[in-house]
Amino acid sequence: MWFRTTSPSDTQAFAAALARVIRSGDTIVLTGEMGAGKTVVAQGIGAALGVSEPMTSPTFTLVNTYECRNLTVHHADLYRLDRTVEVSDLALSELAEFDGVVLIEWGEAAIGEIAEYLEVHIEVDLDDEDGSIREFSIDTVGSSWDRRREALSTFLEAWS
Amino acid sequence: MTSQLVVSSDTVILGIETSCDETAAAVVMGGNDVVSSVVSSQIDVHAEFGGVVPEVASRAHLESINPVVRRAIDDAGIDEGRIDAIACTVGPGLIGALLVGVSSAKALALAWDVPFVGVNHLEAHLYASFLEDPTLEFPLVVLLVSGGHTMLIEMQGHGEYRLLGRTIDDAAGEAFDKVARYLQLGYPGGPAIDRAANEGNPEAVKFPRAMMDEGLNFSFSGLKTSVVNFVRKNPSVDSVDIAASFQQAVSDVLVHKALKAAREVGATGVVLGGGVAANTQLRADLQAACAAEGIGAFLPGREMCTDNAAMIAAAGWHRLRALGPSRLDIGAFPSMPLVETGIADG
Repeated sequence: MWFRTTSPSDTQAFAAALARVIRSGDTIVLTGEMGAGKTVVAQGIGAALGVSEPMTSPTFTLVNTYECRNLTVHHADLYRLDRTVEVSDLALSELAEFDGVVLIEWGEAAIGEIAEYLEVHIEVDLDDEDGSIREFSIDTVGSSWDRRREALSTFLEAWS
Repeated sequence: MTSQLVVSSDTVILGIETSCDETAAAVVMGGNDVVSSVVSSQIDVHAEFGGVVPEVASRAHLESINPVVRRAIDDAGIDEGRIDAIACTVGPGLIGALLVGVSSAKALALAWDVPFVGVNHLEAHLYASFLEDPTLEFPLVVLLVSGGHTMLIEMQGHGEYRLLGRTIDDAAGEAFDKVARYLQLGYPGGPAIDRAANEGNPEAVKFPRAMMDEGLNFSFSGLKTSVVNFVRKNPSVDSVDIAASFQQAVSDVLVHKALKAAREVGATGVVLGGGVAANTQLRADLQAACAAEGIGAFLPGREMCTDNAAMIAAAGWHRLRALGPSRLDIGAFPSMPLVETGIADG
């Protein structure tokens, strides 16, 4: 599934629409190069799930946790980690248990550790003069996500 | 139990810190006399973890903690019986990493029959400046800038804090690290940018200064993206000029907002803390701006700005004196905010 946004606030709106299909226990993997907007997507999803405080980048803290009314949002970032042995030490799949939602930036290294996830890959449109257009490809992995593809494409239609 | 400890200038506190990348221990007397201070990267106990971020691998902290504590006590030249209390970071940080320090500190407190006191890592950074200059007068504005945090804090007295502003996206130190990696200047990014910028022109590229007139919050995500966009479109511009222009943009925003905060609260001066406090440009700019404003600029040395256990022991001394020991059944708090451990707030 391919989508396109035109500004950071548009990306947040896109992420909020995507959050409509997210339930507790889910893992969302965010990929894309530096400055692509992974944190903006995480912030949009978090705000839609009920995070009320500013969601700051977890690059140095590795995992930031936000308690919401019905669930807990774990915002992780694997930028500083290079080897998978360390990724397993973070126990990301266990964070999703107990009403958790896990958002993982630079999440490529975690993919082998997680059975089911939604991957949001972001590309910068290099032809765009002011560098604000983003292209998104969304992949679902696992049956629980496959069942939500139709709902996803409906909610995200405005950006297709 | 020894809960009746009278906290004085003779009180010797062992500080323990495991919230971040460093396993650290220190012995501090009277809240400001650093008798010893050891961080794991100095003594290479986990060379076999080369390249690993120790805060992730709690086992790296686990392997370091005993040798680091032993070394801190040996360096202090004291017998462990001389230690009056143990202070330890209880948050914020990664749960697994924090628990190594907290469990060790509690075990030592029980074994040696001395009080245990839990300390907030951010609060401890505020006390780093008091280790070098115990005569600082309140109110102070603290600019805490590291890889994980960018905050402006008003310190009205010991334990009395108010968060004035913070980053809403990336921390300043993170921007340094990511821009350095993007420009292929090396690791760690802060010193790499500092060195490159020294050779470059800070006015070569006019990068954005975000949110300059909007309160005391910061935003560095747009600056990082702006550097990436600029380099993509202008691949021939020298990376030292980009580094210098980027560094100037960060310093301009930090200094502008710190001075604005100092004016708002009528501060006697601005205290710098966190790893980014080592940046040459930031130190020079803050010093000049404070001098022009007629207020103090307090710039602790690099080893006190970065994570260490001496500041934990110092904060522990103040906390112990005001509030007494912590209960031994308190846990670790990964997302602990600053205000919650305010000594005045209890």
